[in-house]
Amino acid sequence: MIGRILALGLAAGLLAQPAMAQDKVKVGFIATFSGPGGVLGQHLYDGFMLGVDHVGGKLGGLATEVVKEDDQLKPDVGLQVAKSLVERDKVDIISGIVFSNVMMAIYKPTIDAGVPIVSANAGPSPIAGAQCSPMFVNTSWQNDGPHEAMGKHVQDKGFKNVYLMAPNYQAGKDSLTGFKRFYKGKVADEVYTTVNQLDYSAEIAQLRAAKPDAVFVFYPGGMGVNFVKQYAQAGLIKDVPLFSAFTIDATTLDAQGDAAIGTFQTAFWAFDLKNPVNDKFVSGFQAKFKYMPSTYSAQAYDAALLIDAAIKANGGKVADKKALMAAMKTAKVDSVRGGQLKLNTNNFPIQSYYLLETAKGADGKLVSSNRGVVLADYGDVYAKDCPMK
Amino acid sequence: MDPLLFLTQALNGLQLGIMLFLLAAGLTLVFGIMNLVNLAHGSLYMVGAYLMAAFQGWTGSFVLGLLLAVPATLVVGVLVELIVLRRLYDRDHLDQVLATFGLILFFNELVRVIWGPAALFVSIPKALEGTVVIVPGAPYPIYRLAIIVVGLAVAGFLSWLVTRTRTGALIRAGAANRTMVAALGIDIGLLFTLVFGLGAALAGLAGAMAAPLLSVESGMGDGVLILTFVVIVIGGVGSIRGAFVAAVLVGVVDTVGRAFLPILLREIFNRSVANAAGPALASMLIYLLMAAILAFRPRGLFSVRNG
Repeated sequence: MIGRILALGLAAGLLAQPAMAQDKVKVGFIATFSGPGGVLGQHLYDGFMLGVDHVGGKLGGLATEVVKEDDQLKPDVGLQVAKSLVERDKVDIISGIVFSNVMMAIYKPTIDAGVPIVSANAGPSPIAGAQCSPMFVNTSWQNDGPHEAMGKHVQDKGFKNVYLMAPNYQAGKDSLTGFKRFYKGKVADEVYTTVNQLDYSAEIAQLRAAKPDAVFVFYPGGMGVNFVKQYAQAGLIKDVPLFSAFTIDATTLDAQGDAAIGTFQTAFWAFDLKNPVNDKFVSGFQAKFKYMPSTYSAQAYDAALLIDAAIKANGGKVADKKALMAAMKTAKVDSVRGGQLKLNTNNFPIQSYYLLETAKGADGKLVSSNRGVVLADYGDVYAKDCPMK
Repeated sequence: MDPLLFLTQALNGLQLGIMLFLLAAGLTLVFGIMNLVNLAHGSLYMVGAYLMAAFQGWTGSFVLGLLLAVPATLVVGVLVELIVLRRLYDRDHLDQVLATFGLILFFNELVRVIWGPAALFVSIPKALEGTVVIVPGAPYPIYRLAIIVVGLAVAGFLSWLVTRTRTGALIRAGAANRTMVAALGIDIGLLFTLVFGLGAALAGLAGAMAAPLLSVESGMGDGVLILTFVVIVIGGVGSIRGAFVAAVLVGVVDTVGRAFLPILLREIFNRSVANAAGPALASMLIYLLMAAILAFRPRGLFSVRNG
């Protein structure tokens, strides 16, 4: 009798074991949760967790654990938490990552340790180009995309004399380079300001004196709040239309208030894109988190859906990371963008960029609404440099 | 160079200077009289801005918000003085730096816990919206003019307080020789609390006035604190007059430098070099100014310290 129970138990144990080994997937989610950039991490994380929720709390049908870590917007801290996620927590995948400088710090060490990265935001040009890897996938955009799209829009609209402004660091220079890749008219002036500058009155007075017919700026985070408010207060917005990327979105609108009305942005996604996945995402997000999702939330939601689909396509296995990443390329994912997520040869999305206009919505709250496609099915200029091996 | 544009930029510089003065006045008193290096002064500025956002949201009025935010920041300042800083007066400056740096971290996290990570919004009162033409061809925001007016009023009030009242005499005496004031039987503890509260209220006023112009977010006081220290070092520690002159000087140099240095550099270098070097050099200008002034007057322009 006892022997039989033992045998049964043993058999059950043996049967259970192979399933046990595949039972779990552990995702390390690195983002900036503290400091002024912390709001971006929150939007990203909430979007990702909603994605996990919407696939039944189980990515690829496996019990899912998401380990959340704060990089404090410091590359060295990012590297430290990435190492501990890989070595101590033994995560299967690393996702999240808001800022490109953090991404560049963790990129090589993580993929060299055999852990794939699914970037939910950062898309720096080196990784899209020469340093691309099959162990890396991006579900947002290559950094230049929205700037290029705005360059095209401003060009298409016939503006001839545009004033350009950005912070004096790499992303600022990349932004204006991206813009000028599609905008071919005259540049009234190209102004770089100190990072995290508070007061723009001097620059706005120079801008007014230059008499441009439009202005394009890239001022992420708090800089965007400062600039847009001061630009509107200077009474310029009705004479010189304000075009921007990463400056006005759901993470900043509450702080910018009416100053942002009548401005235009470009992005790969808008809250009012009409498709079933997006409807479910936007309504689910607002119901759960009680605030308006941003592009950050949308692309992180897609990251969760992509991981889910890839594990399923790989037969519910996560141990073989090469096979898992190959499955990312073939997996069918219905994206918030509408239709299926398309990855380019460099594992960055091929997607359309939209023009958004900020205005008061039906309920009196400010929203940036879709005003149509600017750049259709666009990859990026770096993919041609990617050997992908 | 267009003289009208130069005038506009000088006005912008004056306004930035006035803003810095509100912060520097409090800090220079605390540093000069209490001999306390208070890195958390920027946090009180941030607290002022957050309280402004909260009270404006609650009352729906800018003026009521301001009238509530300033005394509330004063209360926060007095509490900080009573609970934390009081224990630091006899310690050396390094201990004070450590403790008040800890306060920065504490306040930055506290506002995130209470108000969340997203930046808050503060609107301009209807009456001060829009622009007015002072310099032809360059409409100037009325709200910024209002800041200049308030700043000048505060400067006048402080000047009266410091030179015409008994409290002011004590403050000046405290700045000049602390030990002697205490030896004369003055309750130096009460004087310190009073001075710190006044400094906190001024920082709160600066934060509340800046709130409609700037992003009200965690850590907003950190960057402005560095500028404020530059101002009080140039002006001379403990001197209100020095703080005023230095603040306007720093504001004007910074603004005019940012506006015209890149243009000047373009005359010498090619465009891309000038574009990259211009903002970097412009942001260094005020430090160069500080170094130059300290070379000739090591105690600042209007030093009041005697031993």
